[in-house]
Amino acid sequence: MALPPFQTFLDRHAAELLRFLVAMVGPEEAEDCFQETCLAALRAYTRLRDDSDLRAWAFTIARRKAIDAGRARGRRPMPVPEAGDDGSPQATAVDDAGAWAPLATLPPRQRAAVFLRVAAELPHREVARILDCSEEAARRSAHEGLKRLREEMT
Amino acid sequence: MSDLDPRTLVERALGNDASRDTARAGRRLVERAAAEDLLDVAYTTVPSPLGDLLVARTQQGVVRLAYLEDRTVDAVLRELAACVSPRILEAASNLDEERRQLEEYFAGRRREFDFPVDLALTGPFAARVLTRTAAIPFGRVSTYREVATDIGHARAARAVGNALGSNPIPIVVPCHRVVRTGGGMGGYTGGIHRKERLLAIERGG
Repeated sequence: MALPPFQTFLDRHAAELLRFLVAMVGPEEAEDCFQETCLAALRAYTRLRDDSDLRAWAFTIARRKAIDAGRARGRRPMPVPEAGDDGSPQATAVDDAGAWAPLATLPPRQRAAVFLRVAAELPHREVARILDCSEEAARRSAHEGLKRLREEMT
Repeated sequence: MSDLDPRTLVERALGNDASRDTARAGRRLVERAAAEDLLDVAYTTVPSPLGDLLVARTQQGVVRLAYLEDRTVDAVLRELAACVSPRILEAASNLDEERRQLEEYFAGRRREFDFPVDLALTGPFAARVLTRTAAIPFGRVSTYREVATDIGHARAARAVGNALGSNPIPIVVPCHRVVRTGGGMGGYTGGIHRKERLLAIERGG
């Protein structure tokens, strides 16, 4: 099947990507991160194979941009707690976004795994591909992340 | 909240703020994509007396105008993705000038379109036919045979008809101004009723 028009790709995935980024970097930074994700996707779009899984591809780019945003935030001179397992701080934006606070306590990999598994309803195998880890690690991240989230919200 | 199902739990953690304005984000994306030379095709829809129109432009000019009563947006965009570039974004503000001129034309306040066109969707023969057709003045008509003669293919009136029938930029390239020798309407890419309507507009009706 031919590559769909980029606008069609956006219409299908934009809302979900934006929510994923809210989960990853919090509501304050999500839109900037979304812009970077879309531009990167647009840049790479014409090099894609026709049969690419566009949804997983988009999540992969978004996750990379979330990591970049975390690193950039880490370089800024402000008090930042210890970094998470892929470079972004664990709980910086707790005070600027009330609802996001429980998610922010999770390490970034768990945040991603929980969203992709529970909200996006992807199978563990797909989550593992997006997070670039083993299926077992993806399963564990989703499980532990969800457990912690439940504790935080209770 | 310990008894919530996982999905509800995650939705709640994301908050209402998570359902943000993707339309605003889209407009911002258009600006940045254009600035970085990543926007190959911009499009918008324009209402008209002939039904909604889809107007698309490349960096060279207007490449496609489609009657949306006959074809879906999706079908037109897929054709553009396959034949021009899949880097396509809805970008109304990038087509303000084209929209304004089309509105003036339909209101009887404009006789010529003053923006560039891009004939990327046509082959070399059709491009010659369309270029010749674009020179027919507002309110006048020419015949298939005359157009064929003018481009040096006097016996190719039928091929001229075919080229006009697949004109990717109707209205702007006025294929409605080409009729049969002897006064018959001939065909039209958007249906004969639209051809008659456009000619009536140009007669001041």
